[in-house]
Amino acid sequence: MELGIIHFLIVSASLFTIGVVGIFVNRKNVIVILMALELILLSVNLNLVAFSVFTGTIQGQIFAMLVLTVAAAEAAVGLAILVVYFRNRRDISVENVDLMKG
Amino acid sequence: MALIAFGLIAAIVILSAMFVIVARNPVHSVLWLILAFFSSAGLLVLIGAEFLAMLLIVVYVGAVAVLFLFVVMMLDVDFVELKQGTLRYWPFALLVGLIFLGELALVWLASDQLTFDSFNPSPGAATNAEAIGSVMYTQYLLLFQLAGIVLLVAMIGAIVLTLRHRPHVRRQDVGKQTGRRRADAFELKDPTPGQGV
Repeated sequence: MELGIIHFLIVSASLFTIGVVGIFVNRKNVIVILMALELILLSVNLNLVAFSVFTGTIQGQIFAMLVLTVAAAEAAVGLAILVVYFRNRRDISVENVDLMKG
Repeated sequence: MALIAFGLIAAIVILSAMFVIVARNPVHSVLWLILAFFSSAGLLVLIGAEFLAMLLIVVYVGAVAVLFLFVVMMLDVDFVELKQGTLRYWPFALLVGLIFLGELALVWLASDQLTFDSFNPSPGAATNAEAIGSVMYTQYLLLFQLAGIVLLVAMIGAIVLTLRHRPHVRRQDVGKQTGRRRADAFELKDPTPGQGV
């Protein structure tokens, strides 16, 4: 059996599922939620690159770079929001984010 | 041979991803995340997408993971308290995960249409980086610049969010600095000897 695209699909499907489960399991801890999001984006990147390579088109790798850019930007802004939130509340528990509740 | 290497690296990727979400200490989570990114870069090297692999290491391990570590260590949070009561989320999380995995497994059922004879990471060029560059700087120039704008906006956003002007902190005021004249900075005295100023 040769190394095929299906192997990459299995790995990235598992990574995606682990990321989704991670978001639910660590409901209180925003930092780990952000890390689970990074895992999900990584699985998307793996898929894009695998399809790009196996179909012999370069476009998928360009898209993967754009996803990488967005992931980096998302991490930066998310962590900045986290720092500001911690400064105001001395706590990062997501369950207490109800300042806007009437 | 490639399949064995793939299996080993893929096992490392999936195991470290699992440890990311179950680790008690977020610092350990970040370290597992770094391992996951490193090994996924290895997976990409296996199919010849070297440029993306190196980019993954540079961007994720070099920037994002370090940013995570920085924030985790900077915030003084009681993570043990945060971890309490998470056990009751597991059944629901596993249910959602199984549903997702089942849906994605439908792809496996369709896999007879997903067989490609060979792989070609750099079509029409000698190296992978050359193939990417020759397309990115011509056909996708606009997208490339848009990605730059996304990063710029994220940078400005992060700075605006976290910048605060605290009182009693001395900072440089360029206008005041350059508006200073010689006359109000010092004056010349000519004291007589033995009498002082």
